[in-house]
Amino acid sequence: MDTVLVIGIAGILASAAPIVFAAIGETIIERAGVINLSVNGAILLTAMAGFAVAVTTGSVVWGLLVGALIGALVALIVAFASITLKQSQVAVGFVLALLCRDLAYFLGNPYMGRSGPRLPHLPVPGLADIPVLGAILFQHDLMTYMSFALIVLAYVYIFRTRPGLVLQGIGERPAAAYVRGANVNLLRYVYTVVGGALIGLAGPMYSLSVKAGWKGTISGLDGIGWIALALTIFGGWNPLRAALGAYFFALLQWLGLVLQPSLPNIPSQVLQVAPFPLMILTLLLVNIGNAEWVDRTLAGLPEKARHAVARVLRAMRTSPPAALGMPFEKE
Amino acid sequence: MNVELINIHKWFGPVHANDGITLRIPSGVIQGLLGENGAGKSTLMKILSGFYQADEGEIRLDGKPVKIESPADAIRHGVGMLHQDPLDFPPMRVVDNLLIGHRGGLFPNRAEAIRAMQDLQARFGFNIDPYAYVDSLTVGERQQLEIMRLLWLGARVLILDEPTTGISANQKEKLFATLRALAEQGMTVIFVSHKLEEVEELCHRVAVLRQGKLVGEVEPPYRTEDLVKLMFGKVVLPEDKTHFDSKESLFRLENLSIEDYRLQIRNVNLTVHRGEVIGLAGMEGSGQRQFLQACAGIIRPVAGEIYLGEKRLTGRPYREFLEAGITYVPAARLEEGLIPGLTLTEHFVLAEPQNGFVVNRQKAEVLTTQRIADFSIKGVPSSTVESLSGGNQQRALLAMLRQPLSVILLEHPTRGLDIESTIWIWGKLKERCRQGTAIIFTSADLEEILHYSDRILVFFGGKVSQPIEATKTSVEELGQLIGGKGF
Repeated sequence: MDTVLVIGIAGILASAAPIVFAAIGETIIERAGVINLSVNGAILLTAMAGFAVAVTTGSVVWGLLVGALIGALVALIVAFASITLKQSQVAVGFVLALLCRDLAYFLGNPYMGRSGPRLPHLPVPGLADIPVLGAILFQHDLMTYMSFALIVLAYVYIFRTRPGLVLQGIGERPAAAYVRGANVNLLRYVYTVVGGALIGLAGPMYSLSVKAGWKGTISGLDGIGWIALALTIFGGWNPLRAALGAYFFALLQWLGLVLQPSLPNIPSQVLQVAPFPLMILTLLLVNIGNAEWVDRTLAGLPEKARHAVARVLRAMRTSPPAALGMPFEKE
Repeated sequence: MNVELINIHKWFGPVHANDGITLRIPSGVIQGLLGENGAGKSTLMKILSGFYQADEGEIRLDGKPVKIESPADAIRHGVGMLHQDPLDFPPMRVVDNLLIGHRGGLFPNRAEAIRAMQDLQARFGFNIDPYAYVDSLTVGERQQLEIMRLLWLGARVLILDEPTTGISANQKEKLFATLRALAEQGMTVIFVSHKLEEVEELCHRVAVLRQGKLVGEVEPPYRTEDLVKLMFGKVVLPEDKTHFDSKESLFRLENLSIEDYRLQIRNVNLTVHRGEVIGLAGMEGSGQRQFLQACAGIIRPVAGEIYLGEKRLTGRPYREFLEAGITYVPAARLEEGLIPGLTLTEHFVLAEPQNGFVVNRQKAEVLTTQRIADFSIKGVPSSTVESLSGGNQQRALLAMLRQPLSVILLEHPTRGLDIESTIWIWGKLKERCRQGTAIIFTSADLEEILHYSDRILVFFGGKVSQPIEATKTSVEELGQLIGGKGF
């Protein structure tokens, strides 16, 4: 296989890893019925803080841990405001998104442009030498391997385990989960904080690996959090679909880079920004089956074609956790 | 299991919802709990099932005093409650619904749950696919699922809160058979209802609550008058069948066809007279709602004509229907009829024709106070609509209807209301008929349809019967038509 392609695919897997973490973190939070809009700010803040800590201590592990901790703390604020104070989750999350972003730019000034440690590459012994596949899958840093594991773990946890069923239950119909013995508000706290920690890992994964270093406003991280949020929603609150979306987004970004030399007439900024609207457009198309007018339009098609299209659309159709964003009171 | 509730008191602020209730229920008995809306039956059952804690009093199960602190705690003690709206997870699979709340290891044993479920299904003659999604089940099947879940978790006392609302006659029969079988096997069943016939048909004994107090315990044979007297503290009788059908044509449908992506209604011809009441019977979702909405101008028929007198209304906007005096009262009171968060005054201001930009508060208050008195709504002008009880919300909806009206289209006008409110509401509606207004309404209660209608249309999967004279038919005949026989 073409080496450019192999390196490209490996690069896509690696650069999507932080988005996978953020989207799955948010998926877990929203599955529990809490909307956390702070993702974008949290990623920027933890990218800066993780980098600063890693530079100061010389340890990437500390950088990652501090990232997770800050992510968890930001999510804890959302949880406290929405679960305990019963305030608007949207307003609180949105303000936090802006606050954390500006905090990152402001506090990150002393670390601008400094060089720092990076996550080491850890080729898997034996497996890394498999032709093509080895280069694509087994020559990454630790967190990229973790992102693969996270997809599987999150999927199995949510859909196959007993606590995962309860997690779905508290986001779907908290009163019914309560009747079945779930401590709805405590679980919502736990899942919000855990999801927040996963989102918090995304930041240092950028600043210590994917886009190593801290460059303030030109770090190119602003907006990633919003993409992660969109992936959560359009991924139908399913870790597998959210991860696929993350890889697609990374592919678009990679294409932007690769195509730049062959499209000299298009300003490079356009190619850099293009993945964002393209992503949203794709996500909208994937979920088109949710709209009623599509059903109506389909009704005009011949029988066979209609059934085929309808089946595809139904498979892609998703619905949000019914109690998303609603505080739970037992009576 | 023997259940004893001893001297239970519960206050909500100044309201004494349960006032020293003592009730003993031996095992193997189907105990009816009867009372009008707000009599305290739900509160009492929520105390027994752990939703609330009693402020005073004691619960004993098989003679042992217990403290029930949560619904999960209740089920550990063997007390399970089936809520009016089944508390399940609609977008999830049946088997996963069973598993949530069932204790065990990290990975649930689906095969075991399915086996247990199939055993229970065989026992009661249920037929639910364990892999179906709950939102594809009927309300009756969701109840069956809840009953199985509670039994699987070891319930020996089963509380059912108004379980017959929203299920078909067939499913009701099945439910009653199940409850009888359970009682024979030694379960204690508590059946909460405000429907006299059901309680009389099913229960071994009946306790009646009124204003938070236990006012009587009755054993069969029941006399309906006695139960009514206990419930309301006075005798309430349905008023005479007065009819105001003038035979004078008012509202005309010609070859009306309505399409919806689920349902097709074809070529309905109907002439409604001044003062006439038309009842629409049929299973929920057979097209009655679409029919009413087409008559109201909310959905546009694909073919046919709608006339009010000589005025052609076909295809006109909803607003013109309203101005012509056709009005629609939806079933979902809080979702479609009223605006939660707004007060009664604000509702009446919105319902009145608007003059001027600024609301005349004083005038609005006067109007509201008057309407509250006219319609005996239990509330004050500044009450928000969601703070009213169901019966009072319905009264408020009716109080908002303009004067005069040509046609009133009502969807389940008395659903969930007690007899007194039902009779009262029909009194108000018949008054409109006397003034020449025609009424078209849907109801799941065949007795109600027979009692109040002049003519009846039966719906079955979008098919509509010829108008049937109410005096020339019976519940049995209508029941057959609803089931699709004779179409």
